[in-house]
Amino acid sequence: MRWAAAPSEDRQRVFFGNHTSHLDFILIWASLPTRIRKRARPVAARDYWESGPIRRYLARKVFRAVLIDRGAPGDSAERDPRERGQEAIARMVEGLGREDSLIVFPEGTRGSGDEVGEFKSGLYYLWRERPDLELVPVHLANLNRVLPKGEFIPVPMISRVTFGPSLDWAAGETKEAFLERARRAVQRLEES
Amino acid sequence: MSTFDDRELLWLLAGVAALLLTATAVGQVLERVVATPSGRDTVDNINARVRAWWVMSFAFAIAVASGGVGSVVLFALISFLALREFVTLSPTGRVDHAALVWSFFLVIPLQYVLVGVQWYGFFSIMIPVYAFLFVTARLVLAGETERFLERAATIQWGLMTCVYCISYAPALLLLDIKGYEGENAKLLFFLVVVVQLSDVFQYIWGKLFGRHPIAPAISPNKTWEGFLGGIVCAVLLGTSLWWITPFNLWQAALMALAIALMGFVGGLVMSAVKRDRGVKDYGSLIEGHGGVLDRVDSLLFAAPLFFHLTRFFF
Repeated sequence: MRWAAAPSEDRQRVFFGNHTSHLDFILIWASLPTRIRKRARPVAARDYWESGPIRRYLARKVFRAVLIDRGAPGDSAERDPRERGQEAIARMVEGLGREDSLIVFPEGTRGSGDEVGEFKSGLYYLWRERPDLELVPVHLANLNRVLPKGEFIPVPMISRVTFGPSLDWAAGETKEAFLERARRAVQRLEES
Repeated sequence: MSTFDDRELLWLLAGVAALLLTATAVGQVLERVVATPSGRDTVDNINARVRAWWVMSFAFAIAVASGGVGSVVLFALISFLALREFVTLSPTGRVDHAALVWSFFLVIPLQYVLVGVQWYGFFSIMIPVYAFLFVTARLVLAGETERFLERAATIQWGLMTCVYCISYAPALLLLDIKGYEGENAKLLFFLVVVVQLSDVFQYIWGKLFGRHPIAPAISPNKTWEGFLGGIVCAVLLGTSLWWITPFNLWQAALMALAIALMGFVGGLVMSAVKRDRGVKDYGSLIEGHGGVLDRVDSLLFAAPLFFHLTRFFF
């Protein structure tokens, strides 16, 4: 685990990283200093974490996850994606409250681990809602090899979490430009 | 006979402690004396290595003192960490996942159980024959043919070096040597001390007098001066330890020579693998040394040869 800059205490943050494995947020969570960890809540998909009592218990009591609806193929016809997006942002803002931080994976789904995929727009709207947040890019290396998609038993490979310097606020930046900048910030950590 | 009734072993542990104290003292003196920036880096690295040596020596002393089980568990753990470092650097992909899971969670425990129950016949063929075949079978079932031979060979090679070769060290405990019953822990001690101190001697000779590199493409730090000085010192050390072994003086000298030479080759081969993968160290678990595999690379070739020489001639 490496920090680009030592984290100051008691700021609300959004940690955003590349998503390659089920272990991702557990690793980020475990890497955080205790005080920050206690206030960090992962943002996760409701359909996955509410299926089954064990997952529900873990999500609610252990990780204090903020559960949001993602567009399952079946219900996209019934609900307007915009409306669902707004609701997700509202839930994240609610989840942040006055003192908590969030861990998000803006790619939305687990990638191959080779390259950081395109970011969904939630991060942009969330920051517009709460510009006081500190946005910290996180890069996870090798976790997709520890536990690839569809596997259950992890292989104990050495992996790495890198926390980058937080993003600067750029006034008047378009959504696309911001999302690309955020994606690059994660990608760049891989090369460092 | 319990280990602590063995006077000789207590003397050996005291000797190791004395050596570490000396190294720590020398490190402190160097800390005061050396002023150049590059010299400071070397001194810092030396002191970090000495600190790590204290920890490793404690772990090894506890393992040896606890008799068979402790040694088997310690080397099983070393194999696990070494294979972890090896696989991390290897270009294995998603389709190799299942074969790797079996390697870590079946092959390693099984190999060390075989050492523990002293089943030499199966111990010596389980990985070279059955794990060898199993890996290819499991990869075939995964259904990916691209780079098939390369992927299979990589996993097999990792198992052979990190598990099979290392397991020969604790396997010394299962040898039956007439007139040496119950004292095999000292053979393990002999092997590990000669191979590790041979590394240290080569490092010191190389740092002090090294001019002519042996294999500049593989390891710029290995020089003829370091090699020759280190080997001579290791042989002298091994000879001076003849009284803890079933060997006489000249036999101990030849054994130490074999161990030191194999240690050198093992280190060189594992360096070549690192160069191939474009890294300097296998990991960062041991302060100043790199990874576990960086520390035990010289044991890989030395352990099997020492085991078989002893088994054949004694």
